[in-house]
Amino acid sequence: MSDTLVEIKNLAKSYTRGDQDVPVLRDITLNIERGDFISLMGPSGSGKSTLLNLIAGIDKPTGGILRIDGEDISKLSEGELADWRASNIGFIFQFYNLMPVLTAYENVELPLLLTNLSRSERRERIEMTLNMVGLSDRMDHYPNELSGGQQQRVAIARAIVTDPTILVCDEPTGDLDKQSASDVLNMLKELNSTLGKTIIMVTHDAHAAEAARRIVVLEKGELLGEGV
Amino acid sequence: MYYLKLIFKNVFRAKLRTALTVIGLVVAIVAFGLLQTVVDAWFAGANSASSARLVTRNAISLVFLMPTYYRERIRSIEGVKIVSYSQWFGGIYKEPSNFFPQFAVDHNNYFDLYPEYLIKPDELLAFKRDRQGAVVGRKLADQFGWKVGDVIPIRGTILSGDWQFTIRAIFDGRDETTLTRQFYLQWDYINESVKKRFPKRGDQIGVFNILINDPSRAADISKAIDAEFRNSLAETLTETEKAFQLGFVAQSEAIVVAIRVVSFVVIFIIMAVVANTMAMTARERIAEYATLKVLGFSPGYVAALIFGEAMVLAFLGAGIGILLTFPVASGFANSSAGAAFASFAVSASTVWLQVACAVAVGVIAALVPGWRSARIKIVDGLRHVG
Ligand SMILES: Nc1ncnc2c1ncn2[C@@H]1O[C@H](COP(=O)(O)OP(=O)(O)O)[C@@H](O)[C@H]1O
Ligand SMILES: [Mg+2]
Repeated sequence: MSDTLVEIKNLAKSYTRGDQDVPVLRDITLNIERGDFISLMGPSGSGKSTLLNLIAGIDKPTGGILRIDGEDISKLSEGELADWRASNIGFIFQFYNLMPVLTAYENVELPLLLTNLSRSERRERIEMTLNMVGLSDRMDHYPNELSGGQQQRVAIARAIVTDPTILVCDEPTGDLDKQSASDVLNMLKELNSTLGKTIIMVTHDAHAAEAARRIVVLEKGELLGEGV
Repeated sequence: MYYLKLIFKNVFRAKLRTALTVIGLVVAIVAFGLLQTVVDAWFAGANSASSARLVTRNAISLVFLMPTYYRERIRSIEGVKIVSYSQWFGGIYKEPSNFFPQFAVDHNNYFDLYPEYLIKPDELLAFKRDRQGAVVGRKLADQFGWKVGDVIPIRGTILSGDWQFTIRAIFDGRDETTLTRQFYLQWDYINESVKKRFPKRGDQIGVFNILINDPSRAADISKAIDAEFRNSLAETLTETEKAFQLGFVAQSEAIVVAIRVVSFVVIFIIMAVVANTMAMTARERIAEYATLKVLGFSPGYVAALIFGEAMVLAFLGAGIGILLTFPVASGFANSSAGAAFASFAVSASTVWLQVACAVAVGVIAALVPGWRSARIKIVDGLRHVG
């Protein structure tokens, strides 16, 4: 276990509702290896997204340890966390979350605007990435001119264009038809196997989870155990 | 660059909403500009007054008169060049709503004091020769379609009776701001009638109009004139024509203040409208803003997007509004209501105020939604999806 990328120990998260503390995650302990492809499964409301958001650095734990690549990200400030996300995390959402006013090309360009790449370097990367997801001929299309599967592929391109360490996917196939879902899963597998991206995918669909190398199951905020 | 692109694309996303908001802004900015111009026009008379002219009146009030022989004593005061006099006549032409100022003046020299009234010499001569003659301003003549030679019936109010005057001269204004809506007649003619009807009220005048050699000595000369009549039957109050005019404006100050207040109320209302638009817009885009933050964009960037969008809206509305203010103002100036003002021109300061209002509207409209969108936690923002 020398190459642990994500180290989670006794992690807890609770939300405050009024003056009540609502625990969502309790005592989660989990290690994820570099280059792994892991599925977080569990029923709706079990805390999958919450755990994923903690790992992605868009939410903060209320207890325990969360180290990524050796760095305790729960200690980072908002600003530092934003920079950390920009260079380490690629996020893929269930509903794609593309900017409707931007073309596919421009959507993929967004995260690159936070780097100091020149315009032509950006162009090169964007074209290469859109080519990888098979959308070279759709660069100037707006999201509403694309199918759900195509939109999700644009979102994947946006997530990987900065070459992040970890891809986090929250129900990436949840809004897709069977064919598109399997395309997206194949693409994720490919990214994992050929580019070595570490992928953490939340899903409640057992079929989708099978794409991963490893499956962990959450229930009511607790890790039940591992499948596969 | 990208920032601007995103803002402009966002502005035109909800086309109907943007169009309605911009139309509201245009109307508000035009209304504001017009109201400000009304206030300006109100003061225009005073602003075009010369500081080389003094006005002497009865110290008690304008309602009280002074004996005409004061003229000789005023003329003897050091620094005084010409002394003339005038009196408010206050008659009605056909309808009370056809209001315009009428002054009975010393026909011999009154117009020597006012080089800004351009009168043809032969017409002026004709006026001086006709006891029932009148001199009218160009704007007034145009309003009623009068020509030289027309006989104008005026019903007296201060001095009852049906009077008739023949227009002998029509004068133009030298400057844009020169008033050309007055009606002048011979004081001698009026005085004769007064003397016949009320012998004790004859040879009394309301105002002495005085031209002095050196405007910088206006204060000293005014004092000297008033000193001359201290402890006499009718004590005087002398001030520059400008101060005198402002005194008139001050009488209507309540209206001016009301107009000013209304003009800012209009801006305040549109501020609320634009703020509401921005709040709706920002609420709809919560998930998008959260996504930008996930990608690493700062809360400040998100706030700047909203701020920029509000500014584009405000300036779009203000730009069109300012451009429209000019034709609308000149349309108003040519209407019968606008004819009441000597000059009705949109001033540079009005345009600057409009710009300032646009900035204020944009900033204030963006304040709350910008702050909220920047502050909202990413996870809460993302939950707005779907
Ligand atoms: N921001 C929040 N405030 C309060 N409760 C939350 C918040 N986010 C999630 N929850 C609660 O935490 C629980 C787990 O949510 P989530 O992680 O989204 O579940 P899953 O993704 O497994 O469906 C749910 O009961 C949800 O209502
Ligand atoms: Mg979820």
